[in-house]
Amino acid sequence: MATETHGTEAGHAADGLADATGVATHSADFAGMPQLNFDHWGNQIFWLLITLVVIYFVLSRIALPRIAAVLAERQGTITNDLAKAEELKRKAGEAEQAYDKALADARAEAQNIIAETKAEIAAELKLATDKADAEIAAKSAELEAAIAEIRASAMEHVVEVARDTAAEIVKVLGGNADAAAIDAAVAQRTKG
Amino acid sequence: MATEAHGAEEGGLVFHPMDQFIVKPLFGGSDVGMFTITNATLWMFIAVVAVIALMVLGTSRRAIIPSRSQSIGEMAYGLVYKMVEDVAGKDALAFFPYIMTLFMFIVMSNFLGLIPLSFTTTSHFAVTIVLALLVFVTVTVVGFVKHGTKFLGLFWVSSAPLALRPVLAVIEVISYFVRPVSHSIRLAGNLMAGHAVIKVFAGFAALAVVSPVSVLAITAMYGLEILVSFIQAYVFTILTCVYLKDALHPSH
Repeated sequence: MATETHGTEAGHAADGLADATGVATHSADFAGMPQLNFDHWGNQIFWLLITLVVIYFVLSRIALPRIAAVLAERQGTITNDLAKAEELKRKAGEAEQAYDKALADARAEAQNIIAETKAEIAAELKLATDKADAEIAAKSAELEAAIAEIRASAMEHVVEVARDTAAEIVKVLGGNADAAAIDAAVAQRTKG
Repeated sequence: MATEAHGAEEGGLVFHPMDQFIVKPLFGGSDVGMFTITNATLWMFIAVVAVIALMVLGTSRRAIIPSRSQSIGEMAYGLVYKMVEDVAGKDALAFFPYIMTLFMFIVMSNFLGLIPLSFTTTSHFAVTIVLALLVFVTVTVVGFVKHGTKFLGLFWVSSAPLALRPVLAVIEVISYFVRPVSHSIRLAGNLMAGHAVIKVFAGFAALAVVSPVSVLAITAMYGLEILVSFIQAYVFTILTCVYLKDALHPSH
């Protein structure tokens, strides 16, 4: 720093320092800097130190602890809220899982019921079919028997008619119908 | 004040950009003694009031969701706190109130100095040199208290070749002692220059022809000065942290 040259300047100014005009003249000089008027340094330094001490005590005793507390509290609140949100999220997830599980259970039960019903229906159907089959078989056996009977009686009638007819024909021809011969002839003819 | 002579010289234009920095007694009288209440005293007092208003009254509601003033207070706190923690390390947090005091005083004074007709206390070397010396003395004392003579290892660059070390040591010592000078002159110089330039432009505004340009230039400079006010406070604070880091962890 140019303290040496300045010292002389200040000394020069000190001549007229008793009155403020001297100081002002010195300071108002375009090249002169009021900053380098060392006569005012003591005053500025004194008040500066007081200012700094006051600010230091205000900050360190009141302002900074308070702001630190507020920030800590806010951090705590945020952390709490985050934890709460996490908890709620977990609960929501659990609820979703429970819902999914209930849905799956319901679906499985529905499948069971469907399978059961199907089996039941199938069993019933089988039973009914069997019964119907049996009935049909009985009926057709009955009909078969009836047909056989009809056929047998028809054959008997044919034989009887043939015998009667043969006897009549023989009689018309003037023969004497031998019943046994006719029977044998009819039996032979109807056999084929 | 001797303005007449000056005005005549400039041919109608009146330039005294440095008048705004003159320290004057506030309540009459002409002598500026040690305890005289001056305009510097007044604006330091206003800075104290502003700091209290922001940091104490602004945060008085201790709201979880901060009001605007509380937000600003918290931002200032967070800015400096993080700076101290990041730059100087966790163990430097003991000095946080001290650094916060410097930052709040400088930033408040800088901004108050931008009010028209105000007095910029931080544009005075008397103020900034004291601030810088406080840092210098603190850092040096802390260094020696914490590390004893090992603190001198700061000047002995053990990573350099042995032959270079004495040379580097001389350079390191010089740079160490230049620190408070650059630290203080940077702050006062920036503010003084900006304010003086604004005053020069204001002087030109007396000429009707150039006054629109001049007013525009003042506006632009004012915007720049707002930036400078904050940045210089920030720079002063971060350098304080850097110096403190050297004291706490002197190994290179």
